[in-house]
Amino acid sequence: MAYVETKDLRKAFGDVVAVDGVSLSVGEGELLVLLGPSGCGKTTLMRMIAGLETPTSGEIWIAGERVDVDVPPRARGIAMVFQSYALYPHKTAYKNIAFPLEAMATPPAQVRERVAIGARRFGIERLLSRFPRQLSGGERQRVALARAVVRDPKVFLFDEPLSNLDAQLRALARYELREFQRQIGTTTIYVTHDQVEAMGLGDRIAVMDKGKVRQVGTPQDVYDYPTDTFVATFLGSPPMNLVEHDEQTLYGFRPEHLLPRAAFAQEEDVVIYHLRVRQVEHLGADRLIYGHLKEETRADQPVIAALPVTIPTPVAEDQVYEFAVPARAMRYFDRTTGLRRLDGAA
Amino acid sequence: MALPEQAPAAARPAPLALRRATLADREGALGRLLMAPAFLYVILLVGIPFVLAILLSFSGARSGSLAFSWVGLYHFATIIRDDQFQRTLVNTLIFTVVSQILVMILATTAANVLEAAFVGKRAVRMVLLLPWAVPVSLATMAWAWIFDSTFSVINWTLRAGGLMKGWIYWLGDTELAMAAIIIIHVWRMFPFATVVLLAGLTAIPTEIREAAVIDGASFWRRLFQVNLPLLLPVVAVAVLFGVVFTSTDLSVVYLLTRGGPYNSTHVLSSLAFQRGILGGDLGQGAAIALFLLPALVLVAIGLLRLARRSEVGG
Repeated sequence: MAYVETKDLRKAFGDVVAVDGVSLSVGEGELLVLLGPSGCGKTTLMRMIAGLETPTSGEIWIAGERVDVDVPPRARGIAMVFQSYALYPHKTAYKNIAFPLEAMATPPAQVRERVAIGARRFGIERLLSRFPRQLSGGERQRVALARAVVRDPKVFLFDEPLSNLDAQLRALARYELREFQRQIGTTTIYVTHDQVEAMGLGDRIAVMDKGKVRQVGTPQDVYDYPTDTFVATFLGSPPMNLVEHDEQTLYGFRPEHLLPRAAFAQEEDVVIYHLRVRQVEHLGADRLIYGHLKEETRADQPVIAALPVTIPTPVAEDQVYEFAVPARAMRYFDRTTGLRRLDGAA
Repeated sequence: MALPEQAPAAARPAPLALRRATLADREGALGRLLMAPAFLYVILLVGIPFVLAILLSFSGARSGSLAFSWVGLYHFATIIRDDQFQRTLVNTLIFTVVSQILVMILATTAANVLEAAFVGKRAVRMVLLLPWAVPVSLATMAWAWIFDSTFSVINWTLRAGGLMKGWIYWLGDTELAMAAIIIIHVWRMFPFATVVLLAGLTAIPTEIREAAVIDGASFWRRLFQVNLPLLLPVVAVAVLFGVVFTSTDLSVVYLLTRGGPYNSTHVLSSLAFQRGILGGDLGQGAAIALFLLPALVLVAIGLLRLARRSEVGG
């Protein structure tokens, strides 16, 4: 059953349409990631759900109640973790966490108890008397999370909360965030432009572009069966290769599926390409091979292949090799509409 | 490897003319050069007159004579025993404290109103700034008519509205004259404070203010627990400016009442002007003008420390 639902939601700022008819539903306890490039409308969509923006048209429902008209943010039962964490700089960590409780006129004894529980959950008991400026990025994030949970919200909203952490801490924070969300089982909407974060965190991902939702599905679904060329190239690093075979059709395959012919069994159904190598990057766990396809395609097509270290085939620059893509991994897109098709027949 | 012709401009070596360091590259020299006008200004127009004033306050100097006799603390001892001076000192304190409280209340309110989005906001902002931009002499002339004993628009309005039977002599009554001075000064000063506070409000990160909304805080809780504490450094600076501008202000008193009636509305600077310049006793004038200096220095230190402390959140 949908716990958070938007119906044909639109938001226009003057002539600019930030969110253009989005209908989404988030199940109870689910973690839905809104993924898209900057300016795709994901943040505006979240802010409308939070009540920080008023929709131009459409409806928002939270837990069976329509909230887009006349329900202020404080009455929506939401908690939000901001990109900058938005801790109150003049309040200690304790006071920060207690703030939403005090705003609800919670009795002082209960405030103390719930702040203590929240602090214990995130392991920040000994930081409670510090001011935000005395905390590291990771610690600030924990305080922000604690402030969000103490109120027992119906819905969590996360606005790129990991983007201010350095790369190492981010992987750990991602893991912890997922753990924590599973434990408390609160419905969560998470905004990010980072596809790794989206793949790692989301029960489902909604990929957005230009104010519209392009595809909603499990991370695996969205990665394996992108609905159009935008989703295909936005997800994955390096992105999916798209090559033109004829006037109407684009063939799409992930770099990790473009491997030397010898890597496949002789009887496997594959599409063979001749790859002229221009550059090889050694990245440790795999090699990225930048090259061009010529013979089998319409014109010179730049592609990237990702060879895991387990395939030690020597590859030299400026040489042509026989590569192949397994037919099961091949995707087909209409060249004019960009939409995925079921087969490559023109 | 030679760079190809189409290499990006940044990758190619700079043309010869740009390779030599110019004045703008030598940070020390450029810094000093750019500081020089401000430095000279402060020395010539603030520093020297200030030292001169201190020297004068210890001297028996009178206008019309170049004689300079050292009299020590004589002027200070004299003015402390002077009833007129005591009255003036109290006036200055009342004038400063009352008008600053009113200015801060009005400015905080106005800044919060102006910060909200509404149609015609820009126009309102412009109009609000007018009292500050109008020359004080012109404004005070207008106010002098408003408080005039015969033509006071306030009196006529109150009478016409049936709210008052008698007649108010604004500038003829000691307390009312002081009130009139405070009203005009508040009217003049609050636009500036509003602009300062508005800038401070705008500088509070949007996310923090939105977090407070999401956290369920009411308007008053947001005002007193989030916005005002975060504004504190700016408020401290605004109050500091206000206190300094007010306690040293001469224009309104001088233009409106000239210290009257019966010298009851004098403030230190108007009294200093009257005794020192008009009366010719330069030494005593300087002593009166400087009397509040130690107190002002303490106030300034206190406010600046407050601003600093709240800035770092300690």
